[in-house]
Amino acid sequence: MSQTQKSVIAGIVKKYNKARHRLMDIARDVQAQYGCISDESAKTIADELGIPFVEVIDMVSFYYFLSREQKGKSVIRLSDSVVDRMSGNREVAKAFEKAAGIPFGGTTADGAITLEYTSDIGMCDQAPAALVNGMVMTKLCPEDVPRIVDGLKKGKPPGEKAKDGVRPDARVDLNLIQPGEVIFSPVERGAAVRAMANLSPEEVIDTVTKSGLRGRGGAGFPTGMKWSFCRKAKGEQHYVICNADEGEPGTFKDRVVLTEVPDLLFAGMTIAGYAIGAAEGVLYLRGEYGYLLSYLEQVLARRRHLGLLGENIAGKEGFDFDIRIQMGAGAYVCGEESSLIESLEGKRGAPRDRPPYPVTKGYMNQPSAVNNVETLCCVARILEKGADWFKAIGTKDSTGTKLLSVSGDCKRPGVYEVEFGLLVDELLDLVGADDAQAVQIGGPSGSCIAPKDFGRKICFEDLPTGGSVIVFGKNRDMLEIVREFTEFFIEESCGWCAPCRVGTTLLKLMLEKVIEGRGTKADLADLENIGETIKAMSRCGLGQTAANPVLTTLKNMPEIYRARLKAEEFVPPFQIDKALADGIAIAGREPVWEEEL
Amino acid sequence: MSNGKITIYVDDVEVTTEAGKTIMEACDAVGIYIPRLCYHKDLVPAGHCRVCTVKVNGKPTNACTFPVQEGLVVENDTDELKEFRRHVIEMLFVEGNHVCPYCEKQGNCELQALAYRFGMLAPTYPYLYPKIEVDATHPDVYIDRNRCVLCGRCVRASRDLDGKSVFGFVGRGKGKRIAVNAEHSLSETQLQAADRAAEICPTGSIVVKRTGYRVPYGKRLYDKEPIGSDIEAKAKG
Repeated sequence: MSQTQKSVIAGIVKKYNKARHRLMDIARDVQAQYGCISDESAKTIADELGIPFVEVIDMVSFYYFLSREQKGKSVIRLSDSVVDRMSGNREVAKAFEKAAGIPFGGTTADGAITLEYTSDIGMCDQAPAALVNGMVMTKLCPEDVPRIVDGLKKGKPPGEKAKDGVRPDARVDLNLIQPGEVIFSPVERGAAVRAMANLSPEEVIDTVTKSGLRGRGGAGFPTGMKWSFCRKAKGEQHYVICNADEGEPGTFKDRVVLTEVPDLLFAGMTIAGYAIGAAEGVLYLRGEYGYLLSYLEQVLARRRHLGLLGENIAGKEGFDFDIRIQMGAGAYVCGEESSLIESLEGKRGAPRDRPPYPVTKGYMNQPSAVNNVETLCCVARILEKGADWFKAIGTKDSTGTKLLSVSGDCKRPGVYEVEFGLLVDELLDLVGADDAQAVQIGGPSGSCIAPKDFGRKICFEDLPTGGSVIVFGKNRDMLEIVREFTEFFIEESCGWCAPCRVGTTLLKLMLEKVIEGRGTKADLADLENIGETIKAMSRCGLGQTAANPVLTTLKNMPEIYRARLKAEEFVPPFQIDKALADGIAIAGREPVWEEEL
Repeated sequence: MSNGKITIYVDDVEVTTEAGKTIMEACDAVGIYIPRLCYHKDLVPAGHCRVCTVKVNGKPTNACTFPVQEGLVVENDTDELKEFRRHVIEMLFVEGNHVCPYCEKQGNCELQALAYRFGMLAPTYPYLYPKIEVDATHPDVYIDRNRCVLCGRCVRASRDLDGKSVFGFVGRGKGKRIAVNAEHSLSETQLQAADRAAEICPTGSIVVKRTGYRVPYGKRLYDKEPIGSDIEAKAKG
């Protein structure tokens, strides 16, 4: 490695004050400069930070968007969620392979282009989608591909610059189909923070508690209670962390919130900071939404200019608070709050054991409140309009509205802000889905429900959801969908604990056996056993829900499995012809079986 | 709860302990064995293997990190949990390439001993047959990742006991592996045969060279009594 490269990397490390916890940013910058984080670069980073080399490669090797090997000058990441596949992304993939002359996973010989698949990029309402050098491209069809590839070979950017210079550069439709009264009603900048300034931190927490607000990530923990624990916990610093790492396949609501009402979110974070006694907030933005970064930075700068961030906010003497944005790098598990914190600290996104909970020992081992984007937006409105106003919306245990990201087989995919308590049937009417055989509520980690359950309500009391809703029309092969969801969890398992790391692959093998028509009743029992083991024994929320595609369909749609079963009591998983395939290929002849002699 | 004493209930047995202990420590002290694999008494617990999962007030959690609190109701030796634990052990077997009958660790292997304790004779799940490389470059220690269960003991021991950080992890999911603190191989690291990290592996993944088979099969630790017997002996007094 050249002396120049060494000094450039040293400069990058210095830019982040040689802080170990900024390793993610350092690695991202080094990669932006040199195309990858080579072992030599990693060694330099390690030396500059004074940490072992192995700690650097540990972190770098964990994230899909960071690479230890040199990739093409342009990297095309084709989104490969279930909805992308339903929308024909495999035809687009073929077109890319043809145009670039390489298979997926490869790089062209001239080093111009790399083709890769990636998990859901938050564009299911406009699938198939791809990230081309970080820029989002949506509604791709095979005909688009040659032009994109040609352009990249000639060094042209794939998309157009945004015309107004304010909105992010990307070919992304907003698709806010139904705004509601909480999140997507007009925002008066500063109103919520001014309302906050009239209250004491305890009164803010009381107001949020009274509103009945529960976390919108899916688990539904009462926000006021979380803040109260966090405020009371002792520490040198307190931190507000906003989880904008929505990675659940089929979810994209945060994309629309961050584009439409970022001021509302930043107001919510500021209020959280005041309530728990924090001076610093961090927005953890998923790597896929990198196209929003400069836009969000502008919004933050404007808020600083208006005195809504910085010192003595809204004239409140002594209340200093600011927000920084931390980019992620492609890891679904970082949506789990303790993994997110590890990632923020510049480590692999492996979850932590609890207790201690983040409210007592979170980011940098200090008390931290981790909240969802939507939750913090609700907070701002509650301060602005009052707890009673908020409480009057929704149901008794699920107050307010919920943002739903709807995609799949429906006429009007997009974001809907609905009142809690909406029936699945009513939602299907709203989105124009008249032939649904199943609906995935809450993404793959949620539940798959059949028409017999379409009378159920979307709320914490009945069908809780982080917001992803995927509709499957009557012609979809549901077992194939279950297999694809299971593959997603295999890809996204962090590998820390055994049940999730191994169990998910076993589920897939057994599903494939059933799909191939070689499954028996015994295999269904095994599927359930392994699923229950993963659910009970895994360390974090990802693992505990990774078997849900299998478990909820076994329960709600057993017929999709039964229809493919063999009558035999037992069929071994081992297939001799498959096992011998390599040998046959090498020998160039078929084996002679004993009975044939 | 006088004098800092805390009482928890493990499978209906009253266990008296003190604040600051984990469920596992409290149980170990009174001779109640909670099966474990990635745990080691000299290391900070890390919750990798999940074999020590118990139910606390009905909710599954790992006993190696969970702090005791007054009145906790813990389920440990139940049919349900024994079954779950056996499944996890089976998963670890099919995930790697294990060769018990001629493995150097046979009889001293904690993975094998747990399988026997749970009554597992052969895995019922399909083998995954991963292709994994062996690193025998170091003059005194070899690492064979075929038998690695990713318990991370070597990582913690090297970092916290030896002060060297010879080992770490790379990759994620089923591609996660133990890495060494060098660009190529173990021989470039500071590892020495006398390091704790070289002897703390529960399976035959990290083995000190030229020490193999000194104790014959049949006369090894778990050939004499099942794993956990030392802890259970405390209860018998």
